[in-house]
Amino acid sequence: MKRIVVISGKGGTGKTVLSAALVSLMKNGVAVDCDVDASNLHLLLAPDIRREEEFRFGETARINRDLCDSCGRCRSVCRFDAISEHDEIDPVFCEGCGACALACPRNAVEMTENVSGRWFISETRFGPFVHARLDAGEENSGKLVSYVKQKADELAQERSASVQIIDGSPGIGCPVIASLAGVNQALIVTEPTVSGLHDARRVITLARHFQIPVQVVINKYDLNPEMAQTIEVFCRDESIPLAGKIAFDPSVVSSMIAGQTLMEGASAQIRQAVREIWESVAG
Amino acid sequence: MNKNIVVASGKGGTGKTTVAVNLAWAMKGQTRLLDCDVEEPNAHLFVKPDILHRQEVTVPVPSIDEQRCTQCGACARACRYHALAAVKGKVLTFPDLCHGCGACGIVCPSGAIREIPKVIGDVESGRRSTLEFVHGRSRVGNAITPPIIRAVKQHVSRDRINLLDAPPGTSCPFVTTLQHADFCILVTEPTPFGLHDLSLSVDVLRQVGVDFGVVINRADLGSDMVHRYCAQQQIDLFAEIPFDREIASACATGEILIEALPHYRQMFHDLIYKIIERTLA
Amino acid sequence: MKICITAQGDQMEAPVDPRFGRCAYFLIIDSQTGEMSAIHNNGGASGGSGVQAGQTMADHQVEAVLTGNVGPNAYQTLQAAGIAVYAGISGTVQEALECFRQGDLPSPMAGPSVESHFGEA
Repeated sequence: MKRIVVISGKGGTGKTVLSAALVSLMKNGVAVDCDVDASNLHLLLAPDIRREEEFRFGETARINRDLCDSCGRCRSVCRFDAISEHDEIDPVFCEGCGACALACPRNAVEMTENVSGRWFISETRFGPFVHARLDAGEENSGKLVSYVKQKADELAQERSASVQIIDGSPGIGCPVIASLAGVNQALIVTEPTVSGLHDARRVITLARHFQIPVQVVINKYDLNPEMAQTIEVFCRDESIPLAGKIAFDPSVVSSMIAGQTLMEGASAQIRQAVREIWESVAG
Repeated sequence: MNKNIVVASGKGGTGKTTVAVNLAWAMKGQTRLLDCDVEEPNAHLFVKPDILHRQEVTVPVPSIDEQRCTQCGACARACRYHALAAVKGKVLTFPDLCHGCGACGIVCPSGAIREIPKVIGDVESGRRSTLEFVHGRSRVGNAITPPIIRAVKQHVSRDRINLLDAPPGTSCPFVTTLQHADFCILVTEPTPFGLHDLSLSVDVLRQVGVDFGVVINRADLGSDMVHRYCAQQQIDLFAEIPFDREIASACATGEILIEALPHYRQMFHDLIYKIIERTLA
Repeated sequence: MKICITAQGDQMEAPVDPRFGRCAYFLIIDSQTGEMSAIHNNGGASGGSGVQAGQTMADHQVEAVLTGNVGPNAYQTLQAAGIAVYAGISGTVQEALECFRQGDLPSPMAGPSVESHFGEA
């Protein structure tokens, strides 16, 4: 089974819009949204949610006011600045490490299980879709991403799917690492800017560390042909195949507003570019 | 006067760094720019600062004093990150998994745990012209970014206006940047993705209790959905930056927008003044 | 002796799980009597799953682990605990147990067989 993850390093390069377009070309596949912090893929796939589960990860500390005598020991050991002068633990900043609970001489700190998000299994017009939502301020450790991928694998097995298109996370941290694990192809979407190239390099280093073959797509390449050239040269020097180049085109935005994937709403030149990218990574 | 103004966006790529850099540059003798997007710091590509000071960021990880260790295993049981294992009379440490919380040291009954620093990133500071600049960079493969963000924030100025370029998203790194901020500018784009992520950011800001306003970038490339949302939510729209191929071009090559296209200078001057006024109100 | 075989299900007929730290189940088996108890691992912890799994083996006085692959943290923990590691095991748990009883396994690992984060999908 082909598992293709779409990542970018830098946010906003068009990763999710391209993922949706590739999903629309799947014959028998599973769409997976691993970008759990502010996920967007569902806005184009219009999922019909069939299963919804809470995701519990870690714990949050809470002070029992009846037992607390304001000695302040918890505040002095908290490394995350989560305990106020008034002995209140801010759940947004609490990391759930438990140091305060261990340090409290009155046993006044309780560690309570934390619901940090939700994951979903849905049906879409292109097939099954596994996605999730991480609650605000939560640690994006990659655990929820791993859950989503596990569910996607199970679903793919059930449906005898031949491909998974995975929308990955921006950056180079744990969620990206979790998105990358076990995939056979990484598609890096970049833009012809110094930031785009800078960040693509960092994420390519990461993908190579996990020995995952990479290909690159340059989005909105005609906004700066010189920079686009620089990126092409970089790819050549690094022996990275260029899966495709997509021109800047207002029809991309209008199709997004209409809730359509590129293959449903964008111009002919865009659709052709997407088909070439599909051939390169999944053909 | 010192203020901490965070420039953030739920969605990546909306122009957060462009706005932060140009706001700082518009009043450069009175501002300090702190790039807190430590996984992918980009502000330096535009500011091109002379780096004057470099410092490693470390987290304290446990080191076991085998003479004092009684192999009770309490440290391994206390660690929520499985960075310690107590097996067959030995305690193993796994610094890559350690979050630096100190729980192991607290629980050890024999004082056998000492903390040693493990490098996870760097903070650099410097200047370009009269703009003061700080940024943090996480080492590739490092899992924990909040300590690096906190290290960057230690460099906030006491007498300048601090502009903090936040990491995208609404999870832990963004929230860490936002802590103790006086104001937050949310940069968005008038598309379904922009609106969706804007509303998530707004939820966090309301939860954390930080005052905020919105800047719409590429304002004519999309629909009026963000305007309608802001009106409905009674959120102040502070500025609208049009889609302009010249802006895209200038940013693509790492130029500071208001230097490359001086007719935009007024817009950023007005914006920073408006923000400062708001923080004084 | 007490051994552990990583499994995709909680029955002896279940296929061996190729992952150690992130396996679905640990089946702890008495190699003589065949008595088995299953521990639901469910993909392990988000971080430190290898260490946690190694610790679990030590806590259950397991003497040998049969699995597909073992990452560096898990390997280090198992080695410190004096637990023999047999990697590259496949088939069903029952079949793996038989191979173990016959002494029909390749020699134990001298180092981890995969990089960290294996099996996160």
